[in-house]
Amino acid sequence: MRDPATPHGTIGQPSDYLHARYTLRSWFFTTDHKRIGLLYLASITAFFVLGAIAAGLIRLCLVVPNGQIFTNDTYNKLFTMHGVIMVWFFLIPSIPSTFGNFLLPLMIGAKDVAFPRLNLLSWYVFMTGALFTMITLILGGVDTGWTFYAPFSTTYSNTYVIPALLGVIVVGFSSILTGLNFVVTVHKMRCPGMTWFRMPIFIWTLYATSLIFLLGTPVITLALILLVMERAFHIGVFDPRLGGDPVLFEHLFWFYSHPAVYIMVLPGMGVITELVAAFAQKRVFGYKFVAYASIGLASITFLVWGHHMFVNGQSQLASTVFSFLSFAVAVPSAVKVYNWTATIHKGNIRLDTPMLYAMGYIGLFVLGGLTGLFLATLAVDAHLHDTYFVVAHFHYIMVGGTMLAFLGGLHYWWPKFTGRMYPEAFGRVGAFLIFIGFNVTFFPQFILGYLGMPRRYHVYPPEFQLLNILSSAGSTILAVGYFFPMIYLIWSLWFGKRAPANPWQARGLEWTTSSPPPPHNFAVTPRVDFEPYDYAIKAREVG
Amino acid sequence: MNGAPGPAQYPLLLWPQAASHAAVHVDWLIFAFTAVTLLLTVPIFLAITYFALMYRSGRQVDRGHTVDRNVKIELSWMLIPFFLTLAFFAWGAQIFDVEQHAPANSLEIQAIGRQWMWKFQHPGGQAEINDLHVPTGQPVLINMISQDVIHSLYLPAFRVQMETLPGRYTQLWFTANRPGEYRLYCSEYCGTDHSVMDGLLYVMSPRDYAHWLSQAGSSQSLAALGKKLFSNYGCSGCHGVGATIRAPDLAGLYGRPVPMEGGGSVIADDTYIRDKILNPDNNLIAGYKQVMPSFKGVIPEDELMQLIAYIKTMESSS
Repeated sequence: MRDPATPHGTIGQPSDYLHARYTLRSWFFTTDHKRIGLLYLASITAFFVLGAIAAGLIRLCLVVPNGQIFTNDTYNKLFTMHGVIMVWFFLIPSIPSTFGNFLLPLMIGAKDVAFPRLNLLSWYVFMTGALFTMITLILGGVDTGWTFYAPFSTTYSNTYVIPALLGVIVVGFSSILTGLNFVVTVHKMRCPGMTWFRMPIFIWTLYATSLIFLLGTPVITLALILLVMERAFHIGVFDPRLGGDPVLFEHLFWFYSHPAVYIMVLPGMGVITELVAAFAQKRVFGYKFVAYASIGLASITFLVWGHHMFVNGQSQLASTVFSFLSFAVAVPSAVKVYNWTATIHKGNIRLDTPMLYAMGYIGLFVLGGLTGLFLATLAVDAHLHDTYFVVAHFHYIMVGGTMLAFLGGLHYWWPKFTGRMYPEAFGRVGAFLIFIGFNVTFFPQFILGYLGMPRRYHVYPPEFQLLNILSSAGSTILAVGYFFPMIYLIWSLWFGKRAPANPWQARGLEWTTSSPPPPHNFAVTPRVDFEPYDYAIKAREVG
Repeated sequence: MNGAPGPAQYPLLLWPQAASHAAVHVDWLIFAFTAVTLLLTVPIFLAITYFALMYRSGRQVDRGHTVDRNVKIELSWMLIPFFLTLAFFAWGAQIFDVEQHAPANSLEIQAIGRQWMWKFQHPGGQAEINDLHVPTGQPVLINMISQDVIHSLYLPAFRVQMETLPGRYTQLWFTANRPGEYRLYCSEYCGTDHSVMDGLLYVMSPRDYAHWLSQAGSSQSLAALGKKLFSNYGCSGCHGVGATIRAPDLAGLYGRPVPMEGGGSVIADDTYIRDKILNPDNNLIAGYKQVMPSFKGVIPEDELMQLIAYIKTMESSS
């Protein structure tokens, strides 16, 4: 049942989900997971552009050490908006809410997610949170940093903290709804024959991510509500003057925000696994290990939050245990990297744009991950904590990791989303520019951090200027790189080559239906009687 | 930045200055960890590049005999790098353990962080703003607290930092070994002028430090100042010798366990004593009726530090 008759529009019947209806209403009140995926794609892209503009302005400020381009307050608002937007309105929803929504039902042979209307609601909740964030911006911004540490955020900041908090609180509910929907969908909606160990790795990672959504998000929601209570009504929770404890907020914040790193990283790992298998035309090496590693990461990640707090007076015993557990996170991460490498071995490799992104991802993720181990080392963190080393480390994970996976996946599934191919040559140039621009931007920041330049510094000692100029120069290359896909992907919507159902000769169920898929995904409900990534079998059939 | 002439301003600095043995020790740890990182990553980078070129589609190469699972290989690349890196966990934990325990003979300097300046007080009462002078060859303990939000005192030349929290004392310590001018920063974001809440760290020979102390001018030591406050705020009325109200005797209190009402005990450290002055209703002491008024909002942080310095000097009468 690999290739059920590919549905072509019979007379009088729309052939695909994009052309089924054209009204605005048919988009804004759709319950089609594919259209909701595209609504998310448009929204998060807009936020990415906003966050990127803030980042560009930050790099502009840091070209000079004396902070003469903007005021200190403006700079503080810029990095806060950059962080808040990129974390909560781009990275966290990026892959789950776009690719996840679009692909989860397609990959497990379902017509839709388990609760289509809840799915639509989650987008509206997301947009409500986005509205609060926009209001914050228009009112004049917020300067607490994305970490909202108390008592600065509750008592001392003179900016619009409460609207910003409400934005993040509301958007959390959208995550919870999406997570709930995905968990139920994976449990209940798999088509006949789609057993757990026949699911693509991307589905495993989405499942693991959804568990974090469900278990972690309520904690940050509550912690932020407590911040609002303290700021608005002076109910003492975190400010010692009101009888509170500021370290308590650090605990609550990181109890969610460390797992949130894996919300951003895990789906990226899933995407990369799909890309590597498809472009090596080879079964994923150690499929079960990779699947279990996803669940393993989602579990251990809840036990390491204290590694953000080695230098805040946390007990030495707690710090030592958190340090050890953080080293343990490296095990499932290493499983992924080594298995990708082994998958490429003896493959039949095409270096198309998605594969270039995947290879870039592996390199940058490895660097980001191992520098994470530096920071998990107690005595090293005592020096590097809150320096640019940390900034470089998490950008290697977030941009080098999640962002490259997002772009790689976007190119890979673009034919499925839109029915059009992107221009390959431009794609490759864009991928190279982003890879080079990224490294020139962020590698110098490792050195800056080791030299002792603290993060969130608008004014900095002159001996750091040269490396900062290098970093800012890299960010211009990175910006040009981002423009490439932004322009040619939009261009391809009208002028791109029409895409066949399966342009990559890939083996997932999503490639057995037409591009773009019909409104209900499959003409006939698929039945799965084959293993995932059965490329070798196909090779044998062919030759 | 303060306008003062800074430490060596190289156009391109690639290695941070180290002013203590411990800093050099941390550098070695980072060095070795970097080497192992390269050992673990370079083969992966080379392998991926090599495989991608070697097995490119269209090339006639042997693609037979592939396996797609092998438990032994999986376990080896899960566990070997893990145990390799665990050595660095242990090494880092060992240095950290030393960092957590200041020697008993440390020179204790008090630090107060506030938006957006540092105030340091030396035991002889000398105070300085944003800059810090310390001697070489002697352990220096910095006991700090914040007056408002969370700050963090970061001394890169010693490879140490510690958050400066409101409401409780935190400590860091070091033994400097190389005189010179270095930077000190606030590394925890604290609002508008966070990035100018920095200063210079002057590491001096003991003789120069003694000379600096005598120039810095102070009439009285912290403990002496505290003694004055002890009577000004009326503490001596109840806690003093021959007081009529039955209050706990403070002589020899510091560092000793205090029995609590309802069982258990609390060690009387700086944070405990400060908390008892500000919130006497917390941690009720066994055998005493709580009648002490709160001094919250009455005694500022620097005077609290002076009071504690004085209480520390009160010898046990027994």
